[in-house]
Amino acid sequence: MPASRPHRGSLFLLLPIGLLLALVAFGFAWAGGWIGHDGLTPQTMVGTAEASGSPHPGFRRAHSKGICIIGTFAPAPGAAKLSTARVFSQASTPVLGRFSNPGNDPYSPDNKAAVRGMALQLKTDDGQEWRMAMNSFPFFAAATPEGFQAMNAAKLPDPATGKPDPEKMKAVLARHPEIVKFMAWSKNAPVPDSLANTRFNGVNAFRLIDAQGTQRTVRWSMRPHAPFAAANPEQLKSEPKDYLASDLDRRLAAAPLEWDLVMQFAAPGDPIEDPSQPWPDSRQETKAGTLTLTRAEPQAAGACRDLNFDPLILPKGIAGTDDPVLHARSSVYSVSFNRREREISQGKLQNGSPR
Amino acid sequence: MNQNRHFNLLARVLHWSMALAITIMLFVGAAMVVSLRYREQLLDLHRPLGLAILLLAIVRLANRLRHAPPPLPADLPRIQVWAAKASHWLLYALMLAMPLIGWGMLSAGAYPVVLFNGVNLPAILPHSPVLYGFLRPLHGVLAYLLFFTVLGHLGAALFHAWVRRDGVFGQMAKGS
Repeated sequence: MPASRPHRGSLFLLLPIGLLLALVAFGFAWAGGWIGHDGLTPQTMVGTAEASGSPHPGFRRAHSKGICIIGTFAPAPGAAKLSTARVFSQASTPVLGRFSNPGNDPYSPDNKAAVRGMALQLKTDDGQEWRMAMNSFPFFAAATPEGFQAMNAAKLPDPATGKPDPEKMKAVLARHPEIVKFMAWSKNAPVPDSLANTRFNGVNAFRLIDAQGTQRTVRWSMRPHAPFAAANPEQLKSEPKDYLASDLDRRLAAAPLEWDLVMQFAAPGDPIEDPSQPWPDSRQETKAGTLTLTRAEPQAAGACRDLNFDPLILPKGIAGTDDPVLHARSSVYSVSFNRREREISQGKLQNGSPR
Repeated sequence: MNQNRHFNLLARVLHWSMALAITIMLFVGAAMVVSLRYREQLLDLHRPLGLAILLLAIVRLANRLRHAPPPLPADLPRIQVWAAKASHWLLYALMLAMPLIGWGMLSAGAYPVVLFNGVNLPAILPHSPVLYGFLRPLHGVLAYLLFFTVLGHLGAALFHAWVRRDGVFGQMAKGS
């Protein structure tokens, strides 16, 4: 240390120091969404899902009811030419997945589920992983997360009447007219009478990358080998609460169930970033492989419950697109996963029906 | 007295490069958890940057243990000496703990720990909702603690530089 006492600066210099620290703190608060963010956050979206029913700690905030499924995936000959992902060159890949019903009630009756989900995890021998989250609807309800959020918020009961306000929904449909098409679909489309004959659609667009680096934009779907049979709406009313799971067990006891993974290729000008607009059925398609399910187990005891089927967990050779709904799903699923795993960690998981 | 009056070159390079990396990391982390659109891109930056900080922190700790830092001014009030020592060890602890907790939490959540496209790190903990449900909030809380410790560190550094003018800032800012 210098022997002479240093010449001290004025204490007024604490002012710029304080201002600088405050500026950095404000910047951090802004980045973390504490201040100045008008935009929609995944926390808000999960909050709306939670508000749609009573809480069920330890379960997903949406598509809460589910069944774990186990099987394998085998690629179709030639699929490896489309993407370098190991899943298309490895003879067989083990699959862990989950069938689900919409809504936030893990004990909801199956006969009220017009939409169903299929989520899959494929882990290949090169350590890469592909997670998918598909649905039985052929296109997404809204073009953007904001539209989807507005629709779900309008469905919440009005505190004054205890019922959703139809005026609110009218206003949402005026601003997001594409939702009308989805509502018509969910009202009119015949519901398959089994999970085994349900087609599941990836809905969002992805890119397949081949060995030359060529990228092809696709949407994928799982098409059942079991022939489609529509559920009889009258008969559906009297079906037991878990009839889909019982039907699945019955069918799996008899034989494995199969789906073809089909890639649909975008043509120039197709809406890649808008999942509410399906591409025409005339687009080129190719079968990329076959999913074979051999076993199902209740989610309460199954390995699928504590997995986040984040659709942006993709292996090398497959990438996401700029579809905003795809990115929002990834963000929202993460928040739902964090909340429910925290509840499990705190011992709040509800016991009850295993389905 | 035959002590160094400045931190050695390695310490200074590590300090300033890690200052930048940790600042970026804190802002990326805070932003990605509330982003509907850029979570994937920010996470792709967060994971390799976190590993880099862990490796640099190990080198830095080894360098710190082998080379004594320059002494604090003899006339520094005892409370400030204590605050300086405590905050430095807290910074070291968090620099090492945060990347490890992040890595461990992804492992416990059964997430692939992607470093770069096609290159994953191995899991360091078994798949466990109980562990994930504990480590994930811990990662967030300690990130805020790290932010405020860094903020305090910045304030103290400027206090030394502008008000006390006691040469402490120069120990890290300049060579001998």
